[in-house]
Amino acid sequence: MNAVIEVPEVGSHNSKELSLEGIDFITDGDQYLTFRLCNEHYGVDILSVTEIRGWEVPTLIPNSPNYVKGVINLRGVIVPILDLRIRFQIGQPDYTPTTVVIVLAVKNDRMNCTMGFVVDAVSDVLNAEACDIKPAPNFGGLVEAHYIQGLVNVGKNVVTLLHVDQLLTLEEEGSAHE
Amino acid sequence: MSIDFKQFYQVFFEESYEGLDIMEQGLLEISKVGITDSELINTIFRAAHSIKGGSATLGFSEMVSFTHVLETLLDEVREGNRELTAEAIDLLLQSCDALREMVRSLEQEQPIDTTTSQPLLVAFEELLTDHVAPTDGETTADVGALSNQANALEETFFGSDGAMLSTDRDAEINTETDSDIATDSAAACGRWLIDFKPQPQILLTGNEPLRIFRELETLGDLTVIADVTGVPEFDQLTVDECFISWRLLLASEADHDTIQEVFDWVLDECQLEIRRVNDVEAAAVQAPQPSQSAVTDVAEVIAAEEEPTEQLVGEVALAQVTAPVAASSAKDKTGSPSAPTKTPATPVKAEPTKGDAVAMTGGGSGPSIRVGIDKVDNLINLVGELVITQSMLSELGNNFDMEKLERLANGLEQLKQNTRELQESVMRIRMLPISFTFNRFPRMIRDLSIKTGKQVDLILSGEQTELDKTVMEQIGDPLVHLVRNAVDHGLELPDERLAAGKPETGSIRLNAEHKGGNIVIEITDDGRGLDPEKILNKAREKGIVAADQELSDAEIYELIFEPGFSTAAEVSDLSGRGVGMDVVRRNIKSLGGRIEIESHLGQGSTFRVHLPLTLAILDGQLVRVGREVFVIPLVAIVESLQIKTDLVNRVSGNMVLYRLRDDNVPIIPVYREFNIQADNTELENALLVVVEGDGCKIGLLVDDLLAQQQVVIKSLESNYKRVDGISGATILGDGSVALILDIPGLIKNAARPRKRVHSSRAA
Repeated sequence: MNAVIEVPEVGSHNSKELSLEGIDFITDGDQYLTFRLCNEHYGVDILSVTEIRGWEVPTLIPNSPNYVKGVINLRGVIVPILDLRIRFQIGQPDYTPTTVVIVLAVKNDRMNCTMGFVVDAVSDVLNAEACDIKPAPNFGGLVEAHYIQGLVNVGKNVVTLLHVDQLLTLEEEGSAHE
Repeated sequence: MSIDFKQFYQVFFEESYEGLDIMEQGLLEISKVGITDSELINTIFRAAHSIKGGSATLGFSEMVSFTHVLETLLDEVREGNRELTAEAIDLLLQSCDALREMVRSLEQEQPIDTTTSQPLLVAFEELLTDHVAPTDGETTADVGALSNQANALEETFFGSDGAMLSTDRDAEINTETDSDIATDSAAACGRWLIDFKPQPQILLTGNEPLRIFRELETLGDLTVIADVTGVPEFDQLTVDECFISWRLLLASEADHDTIQEVFDWVLDECQLEIRRVNDVEAAAVQAPQPSQSAVTDVAEVIAAEEEPTEQLVGEVALAQVTAPVAASSAKDKTGSPSAPTKTPATPVKAEPTKGDAVAMTGGGSGPSIRVGIDKVDNLINLVGELVITQSMLSELGNNFDMEKLERLANGLEQLKQNTRELQESVMRIRMLPISFTFNRFPRMIRDLSIKTGKQVDLILSGEQTELDKTVMEQIGDPLVHLVRNAVDHGLELPDERLAAGKPETGSIRLNAEHKGGNIVIEITDDGRGLDPEKILNKAREKGIVAADQELSDAEIYELIFEPGFSTAAEVSDLSGRGVGMDVVRRNIKSLGGRIEIESHLGQGSTFRVHLPLTLAILDGQLVRVGREVFVIPLVAIVESLQIKTDLVNRVSGNMVLYRLRDDNVPIIPVYREFNIQADNTELENALLVVVEGDGCKIGLLVDDLLAQQQVVIKSLESNYKRVDGISGATILGDGSVALILDIPGLIKNAARPRKRVHSSRAA
């Protein structure tokens, strides 16, 4: 059984400048689910999040890249689990009781794909209007530029918004990895 | 009442295709052996006729006029007034194509293109007028009149209209509001005017005016005029009271008493007046009356109420006309077992639960599948058994104690069996005999042999082999390609064949059979065979193979599947463009199958296509390696054994072979192949699962053998990507995921380093 993980209150105390008041459907801007990898904050479009699960040991896929932890059975669908910490080389990939898996799904003309991503902790829901999203400065970060949709300042922190489509695209990633 | 004919379109299209197939097969049979059996020509005629009938009913006039001419010709042949010449057969075959094209355009809701059908029509007309039938001269006149489209329409509608008319009439007599049933009676007849005004409660005594009228009708021509002025407002209407009075006009020789006798039972419950009238009075009675509008109103109300039933009847009537299968489908829709269906000439086939007729009215509907009624019956039986088992188990569970443990175990065993049988039956529903695909080949071969000038004999066998519908649909085109190649590239021209000491007529053999969990389709020709030299030269020329590379024959044959490869000296309209074989292989691979070639220069070649029977379920052996569980398809397993170290040999560096009787089987440690941790890496006493695929055997080193069970194949690719050595995933009983090993893939992987060693040594 995978109980929904208690969301650690990380972002809410420094939500002075921008609204981080949790789920608020009235605002115009898009909503993003923010999560933590080590000490860095990331966000994904909340509409593509299908569920948040606790970590369970998946079935290993042989000869897969090290960030692919394996596959799990998500109600009859085989869903691969990727560890974002290994993929972006951020922090230590250890699996604690608070380690969570965010299941993202994209269903459009181009792709129909569901994947789970291991992150350190889920933080909050962020409302950000398009004007709040600033382009990422293009210098050598560990996260490839095409993953990054933009940056949002939240208090003292910066949240990096990630392209879900790119996250779920394996082929190019696989070749880039090699 | 109006029927939305759109709901029948899909059925009509399917039937038309089927009919055209039947015609085509029949025609080919005739062209081969001549008319040996009058049943054959009848079959063709019937097929053409039902297409005509169906299209007329649905108002596809182009098809009607076209099929009509076809039918006229066939009819003459049937009557024995005309010989079916090769020319005529050709024309008929071409018209089958034209018709198929028409149906396709209709299906896609596009206007019918008459450019192909028009010349054919002209040709038919010529044929029909040229050969005046020897026995009677009226045929030509007949043709002239009948080729008239309007006539054709009229004629074909006759059947359906006739049927509908009678049902309409029944319905209207029921409502007793018909005001113009035909009244022309013999002038000599006496005319009686009967005013019949029943009391409201007449129905309560079980007297039905309708019966009385029917009785009266036996005496002579009866005209019934209902007076509905007494009918109250709808909301005040009492269902079981009769507010209608009738004026009846009876043209009969019967005397007053005879007529009154009919009313004997209701005399004290009605006002009855029977008197003789003359023609003028009778006409006056029939003339429109003030109440006429009310009459129609009521008629409408009642008609509206009656709508469902009428429509039902209409459907059945229509189905009767269009064809037997439509009848059975209409029967399914209405669910009335008593729906009058004519005995179908074709084997009874049930329309599966494809969604009801209403859902189909949108025009486009999903793909459907026809399933033999026996399969459905079998399924129902199994479900029945399952229900029994279930009730038995729940009974057991109600007050369970340890004494009943054995019964529980039995029950569970039974449940397991039921489930398995049910599963197999359901899978079988998707299975169709491969003749569906094979049947298109005789025609194709005929056309090809005309085009190429080669004489070809096509031999089909194993047509009854069943195959999953999805697999079948996707294998059709690759097979067509392979057969076409066999004729175009494989077979030689007649004189060439004679020179090579072969019979003038080449043969192409298509065979399908089950082998393990696979279906194997073979396309064999006795033509010139593949020339390895020629292929290799060509490949070198095209730079597909390096100039100094040595290849075995099998590897050379593989080259013809390379994109852009063609050995045909000239590009013909049949083949030679070099696209195709690579597509063939790709299609087959995407179905999880493979293709192999066997060829002898000068003697012919065989293309063997191996396909999985179904894509959904397989029998698997679970094995454990370290912490991971894998599934090995049971069909691939030759045997499982414990390694005896003295049978292990190390050869050519690091290759480990196991002597299995006469074979040397390379040992592939799964943990090394997949880079995972295993409990046991020593060969001593380890477990080896010997598997076979692509004609090779390998031994997989595993830690443990677990259960054997059926697994449902889940795609790994839908959310991830293809993984080497893994063909899919499945979910085990405990909800965890296990990966299914791709045996041919593993064998290929295992062979790869060996080949590299081989080729580098050769170089």
